[in-house]
Amino acid sequence: MRKRTLLGPNTEFRSVAVPASRHGTKADVRSPLSGFDKICRSAKLITGTLTSRRSDNNRTLAQERVISSMTSAVPGTLAAFLCFFSLTVNVPGALAQEATGRQPAATAKPEKKLTEIKIGYLRAYAPRLALSVLDVPPRDEGVAGGNVAIADNNTTGSFLGQKFSLDVTEVKPDDDVVPAFKEMIAKGNRYVVADLSARQLLSIVDLARDNGVLIFNAGATDDRLREEECRANIFHTIPTRSMLADGLAQYLIWKQWRRWVLIYGSHERDQLFAEALRRAATRFGGEIVGEKLFEDTGTARRTDSGVVQIQRQMPVFTQDLPEHDVLLVADESEVFGTYVPFRTWIPRPVAGTAGLTPLAWHPASEQWGGTQIQNRFAKANGRRMVSKDMAAWTAVRILGEAATRTQGADPRKMADFIRSDDFSIAAFKGQKLTFRKWNQQLRQPIFLGDTRSVVSTSPQEGFLHQLSELDTLGVDEPETKCVLK
Amino acid sequence: MQRRACALAIVATGFMAGPASAYMAYVSNEKDNTMSVVDTATMQVVKTVNVGQRPRGITISHDGKHIYLCASDDDSIEVIDTATLEIVDTLPSGPDPELFVLSPDGKTLYVANEDDNLVTVIDIDSKKVLSEIPVGVEPEGMGVSPDGKTMVNTSETTNMAHFIDTTTHEITDNVLVDTRPRFVEFTPDGKQAWVSAEIGGTVSVIDNQTREVVQKITFEVAGLRPESIQPVGVRITADGKKAYVALGPANRVAVINTQTYEVEKYMLVGQRVWQLAFTPDQKTIISTNGVSNDITFIDVATDEPVQSVTVGALPWGVVVSPK
Repeated sequence: MRKRTLLGPNTEFRSVAVPASRHGTKADVRSPLSGFDKICRSAKLITGTLTSRRSDNNRTLAQERVISSMTSAVPGTLAAFLCFFSLTVNVPGALAQEATGRQPAATAKPEKKLTEIKIGYLRAYAPRLALSVLDVPPRDEGVAGGNVAIADNNTTGSFLGQKFSLDVTEVKPDDDVVPAFKEMIAKGNRYVVADLSARQLLSIVDLARDNGVLIFNAGATDDRLREEECRANIFHTIPTRSMLADGLAQYLIWKQWRRWVLIYGSHERDQLFAEALRRAATRFGGEIVGEKLFEDTGTARRTDSGVVQIQRQMPVFTQDLPEHDVLLVADESEVFGTYVPFRTWIPRPVAGTAGLTPLAWHPASEQWGGTQIQNRFAKANGRRMVSKDMAAWTAVRILGEAATRTQGADPRKMADFIRSDDFSIAAFKGQKLTFRKWNQQLRQPIFLGDTRSVVSTSPQEGFLHQLSELDTLGVDEPETKCVLK
Repeated sequence: MQRRACALAIVATGFMAGPASAYMAYVSNEKDNTMSVVDTATMQVVKTVNVGQRPRGITISHDGKHIYLCASDDDSIEVIDTATLEIVDTLPSGPDPELFVLSPDGKTLYVANEDDNLVTVIDIDSKKVLSEIPVGVEPEGMGVSPDGKTMVNTSETTNMAHFIDTTTHEITDNVLVDTRPRFVEFTPDGKQAWVSAEIGGTVSVIDNQTREVVQKITFEVAGLRPESIQPVGVRITADGKKAYVALGPANRVAVINTQTYEVEKYMLVGQRVWQLAFTPDQKTIISTNGVSNDITFIDVATDEPVQSVTVGALPWGVVVSPK
């Protein structure tokens, strides 16, 4: 058995006690079932004069408890009358809710009117191929995360009289999104989670601004959306390519693997990620000793002869690269990246879009309460949670948090709160996440993982910053080209 | 060095004074599915007991005869006989029990079911679930007022402390606190509930009459990133004068003056400090240090860490009983 004597604290301490801030506001009492429905159900129980009790075998003991408790809280006959009234005379919803609010409650405080917070979800989708079937994006990538957050928000909202909904619209990746967006505005959505290309996103931002719509970018990693093309009405919950590249670079430097070669694809996004890796090398002291372009010549992806070809061709392709510690791959387009590991001329680890990959979320992360969101997500969707799911979950949770803290659904108040110093969000990444004021990018740690497990998370130890170590990832304030407008 | 040796000597003589001050501490080890039994006088592990999967919350019956242990991944609560250290029974707990609190009369367990957004009320004698109360997302912290009339649950993603009437099992108040509330501790006079917020980095002091946050305590340690200060376990001395708060990855326990709400001291203990427990004589408080796989004995009179003892893997919770 080990016993050790402890070292005393060797640092100076300062204690701070502050008065309760506005965070300490008290929420009104709500039960998790919606008020009117609940009263009607309980009224039926009491009087027995209306339709028989709903035969709901799945009702939990908790719900039973709520129902039985309502019998003491609401005068049965009046409630029954109201229910009967609404059923037969079809009282408008608003009046019905107002009536509920006026119920003299013996044990509970009067209930608030139900506030609805509608969130639009606009995504560009088309089936996509991948080099490995395991990497084909799930049909509901992102949307599934948004839906889990809606359920989370509604649990919290049930205590505050808030109801959240997600209205999903899909367009094709190259389509004009303006008509779909206009329809979304017309339906009363004041918040839109976007999983679109940078070009599509930029085509709706001005329209969004003119209609007071806040956009949450949960899909586009393009740095230019946070730099030259930044906008005051877009918040970004997905990290940028530069944040991802920096997260990876910090780890490689921490490992003292400093000499890199880079193979990049021929499509625009491959080249953008390659550029982010070059920037990261300069920033953290890595050296890119050689580069090579892998041209997309439209070869077949999944054929037996393909595998034979790859086994023979990849070593030859990497044969003339100079001596290096790590081979970096920039292939967002899924043309060759997966085929690099284990097939190189000399045995070297692979990182980038293949091998060790930087991610906004890892399906196997269990740290920092991660098990809870992973279980919740898997139970609801029958699959593991990926980066885009987490970006969408975070976006919708941010709106939930803003509605909770501002006690309402006023878009202006909610936006002010999200921009304020009081704002932070917990997203199972070990620390609170906040927005960079200068470009509205969510600060966040970056996961580094292979296909099975989390290898590390960045920022790495020793990469210091005067304000937040999370700002060692991506474009920092002194270098930003963003002028919010 | 001198002072440390001195503190050791004092504590050693204190423990040697008589068997009355010797207790057993029981530590749940989340990662290796064991419970360590530690003699508080000798500060040595006397036995390691195999328990259910992912043991976390741990408490003990008032007569000291039974330990109740949340076996989170087995969806049950195990009852361990302290005389034989054998699992003698299990209680129905609902899915994924993480943390619970025993009613002051020792008859009822209030359990937070993290995966299902419920608080389960269990009658220990009949082993029956009396009620399931829907609460916010990821319920975790559980506290009960000394008079047993009010139970408080915190929900980590909803960021609320739910005040629940223990007679009606109804939520009476929802108090917003900071991000990821983890733990609730009532003051001995029952006038306040202290709620820690792990990601928010604060402790909210809630008035049990008005159900309003009357004070928010923040922490600051020079040389530490603010994000690494993550309050979890809270314990208040029986005389109500001092509060101890475990600060997670800050590797420290804070000592707070409950009159002024000032942090008077930060004690370096082990890595990722989560839960705390007093010995019944209130002379010692023990912290569980998850990442360093040990527990630390702290002298309450001097607020000096005395000794750390290696236990199992990822120690989570701790409870102390009379021998």
